[in-house]
Amino acid sequence: MSSVIRHRLFWPLVALALLLLVNLFKKPDFFAISVINGNLHGSLIDIALNGAPLMLVALGMTLVIATGGIDLSVGSVVAISGAIACFYISGQPDQNSLSAVLIAVALALAASLVLGAWNGVLVARFGIQPIIATLILLVAGRGIAQLITSGQIITINSAPYKIISGFWLGLPVVVPIAAVMVGFTALLTRRTALGLLVESVGGNAEASRLVGIRSATLKIMAYGFSALCAGIAGLMVSSNISAADGNSAGLWIELDAILAVVIGGTSLLGGRFYLGGTVIGALIIQSLTTTILTMGVPSQGTMVFKAVVVIIVCLLPVIRKVRSTRVEATS
Amino acid sequence: MTEPVLEMKGISKEFSGARALVGVDFRLFPGEIHALMGENGAGKSTLIKVLTGVYHPDAGQVTLDGEVVRITSPLQAQKAGISTVYQEVNLCTNLSVAENVFLGREPRRMGAIHWARMRSDAAQLVRRVGLELDVSAPLGSYPLAIQQLVAIVRAVAISAKVLILDEPTSSLDRSEVEQLFAVMRRLKEQGVAILFVTHFLEQVYEICDRVTILRNGALVGEHMVAELERKRLVQLMIGKALGELEELTEHIRPAVGKAMIRAEGLGRNGAIAPFNLDVHAGEVVGLAGLLGSGRTEVARLLFGADHADSGKVLIDGEPANLRTPNAAIERSIAFCSENRRAEGLVPELSVRENMILALQAARGWTRPLSTEKRDELVARYMKALDIRPSNPDLPVSSLSGGNQQKVLLARWLITQPRLLILDEPTRGIDIGAKTEIQKLVVELSEGGMAVLFISAELEEVLRLSHTIGVLRDRQLVSQIANAPEINADRIMEIIASGAPA
Ligand SMILES: Nc1ncnc2c1ncn2[C@@H]1O[C@H](COP(=O)(O)OP(=O)(O)OP(=O)(O)O)[C@@H](O)[C@H]1O
Ligand SMILES: [Mg+2]
Repeated sequence: MSSVIRHRLFWPLVALALLLLVNLFKKPDFFAISVINGNLHGSLIDIALNGAPLMLVALGMTLVIATGGIDLSVGSVVAISGAIACFYISGQPDQNSLSAVLIAVALALAASLVLGAWNGVLVARFGIQPIIATLILLVAGRGIAQLITSGQIITINSAPYKIISGFWLGLPVVVPIAAVMVGFTALLTRRTALGLLVESVGGNAEASRLVGIRSATLKIMAYGFSALCAGIAGLMVSSNISAADGNSAGLWIELDAILAVVIGGTSLLGGRFYLGGTVIGALIIQSLTTTILTMGVPSQGTMVFKAVVVIIVCLLPVIRKVRSTRVEATS
Repeated sequence: MTEPVLEMKGISKEFSGARALVGVDFRLFPGEIHALMGENGAGKSTLIKVLTGVYHPDAGQVTLDGEVVRITSPLQAQKAGISTVYQEVNLCTNLSVAENVFLGREPRRMGAIHWARMRSDAAQLVRRVGLELDVSAPLGSYPLAIQQLVAIVRAVAISAKVLILDEPTSSLDRSEVEQLFAVMRRLKEQGVAILFVTHFLEQVYEICDRVTILRNGALVGEHMVAELERKRLVQLMIGKALGELEELTEHIRPAVGKAMIRAEGLGRNGAIAPFNLDVHAGEVVGLAGLLGSGRTEVARLLFGADHADSGKVLIDGEPANLRTPNAAIERSIAFCSENRRAEGLVPELSVRENMILALQAARGWTRPLSTEKRDELVARYMKALDIRPSNPDLPVSSLSGGNQQKVLLARWLITQPRLLILDEPTRGIDIGAKTEIQKLVVELSEGGMAVLFISAELEEVLRLSHTIGVLRDRQLVSQIANAPEINADRIMEIIASGAPA
């Protein structure tokens, strides 16, 4: 039993279960999944649907944090990626052309990679602190997205592009996309030595330099990967609303993603990272957002409410630890 | 007989199944210097951390001045009059020396820190242990041994009843050890009780009054040093007689042929004056010199850890550009740093991961070691170096200091380098294991490896080296072939006069 409690994912899972129960209490049909037009619908499906972009962003964020860095620019990359895709599609004579959509996706993802590499180069080659380096793109990126969309919201009407946020065999397409990315990342980091080397760089940078780890390359890869994930998330978001909104797409998502990573057990100081924890962390954050809606918290209060719950989730294991040391001390 | 100022009774401590201490008793009298001895992993540091509230014991009680106390935090221990220097220097390297000495007790004037007084007081305290430092320079700009001395200065500056020193001398030279001993004797006269951990027998016999011996977490006994023979002490520590401790065979062969690595006019401003140095395959070159004489700097230049700003390096006669550790590792050079906490261990990673790190880094991330190969290597070197406990899944931070050092040695041996640079490789290693490591160095060099060996212990350098380079004031002043008539005194003479032999 105690080994169960001590498991890293124990408290995050308890928190997730509690959140879902609160929802069930407020809304008895919360767990109900209905089939409409052959597609699954229900609150849980909504969580998966809306949580997928967050999960992707958090996935990339996990690797960046593991190197000892942080990526504040993901929200802007979400916006830029959507803007590029929609801008390209909107300029096509036939918005329903599959090849045009594929090119749009490729352009958006390539641009995201370039932006990520830019972050990585600032951090790894020029030694700029990660917060500052990615803050540049956080601020400038929104401007870039606005420039691409000329300050407008570009709406498109493209069936192939809509597939990304549509349904496949009854399931939302974003779910398998997120699952594949999680699986791919797990394989990439744990089947190669990438995970070990990244953890080493985050755990002790100077020692890693002296054992000959090329940390600059690893960091550029991590920031590139983070931006790529954000780019995919951007496609999901813009496909969902069939529009590119440079202003609000991906707004604040960096904060949710960082929280998801931390709740999942990865330290902000870098070093050991836990992909499974991040997945659960992202689900917690998304359920929380949903809960706030079902509880009918007035919209002005959402941020405060979220903050309170996050504090509790982060404190739970700490409180337990403090209590147990006290007990130990007085026994 | 006076009452003990400190008494620990029946202390037990278990770490997730591993018993680090089993019912240990320990007492400390005012005005005595008490050695705590035992092999690597015997439980010395754990006992100290229980005493200072870093760990909470599973059983047992602590009595301070006749009263049972419950110490739950290092801060509380300090307030209760227990001042500690832990085995690993844990000061803030980005703060100045003065700030480190006074951290938490800064002299104040009208509420604000009195900087001028802090600096002058710190300078005075530092001078008392025989150091001349710029106390406003960041601590990290000084070598590890100086950082260790600053930690000691900090601890003795707090007027305490009990002073605990966990292997304070492990990276100090003779002269600093003497300075430290002078300070300890003075405190002893003032009635301070001193707990002193060391692996050096001579130091125990020189300065300690009483000794407590631990083995595998259990108390073996408490003796007056004067009544305990050296041999007997060793026997008590390791549980058997140590046979051929001193009997490393003389193996002095002149170096022949082309140098494996040659430094020509290699130097770096402010660190080390340009020097020439050859290391041949199969040769052990030892570096001797005082603290801050530039030993580590020579090693770092040869490994590319620092940039040289003059001179060049030839490997097998060919010019080699060693601008980064990477470049050096590609040419089969390995460097085991003296500073295991800052430059060696990745504390959260497991023992296994730490051991294979250098080899894996050289292979790159795309070519992971296979599980079998990895486990085979780890098992082989854990056995060869007798790393305890022999569970490679433990986080390396949970190992005792000496065993952590062995993990780092293993990390580099696994890469099978052609030139192995060892900076204080036996730091914090117990006497039994030290002989094993010395033997290993001899074996490796006989197998054709070139070794650059740095140690503050002159005897060790003399025993192992074919050639000895002597450093003084950041200059390589002399290189002599080792010979029977060369002894520690001769080397000290060269260091003192700065004259080539
Ligand atoms: N935090 C920890 N978690 C798990 N095991 C630990 C921890 N700290 C110490 N140990 C174990 O307890 C035992 C005693 O360790 P300790 O550090 O006290 O040894 P030591 O006598 O100081 O050795 P050394 O001479 O190498 O410094 C070792 O087996 C060590 O692995
Ligand atoms: Mg120790």
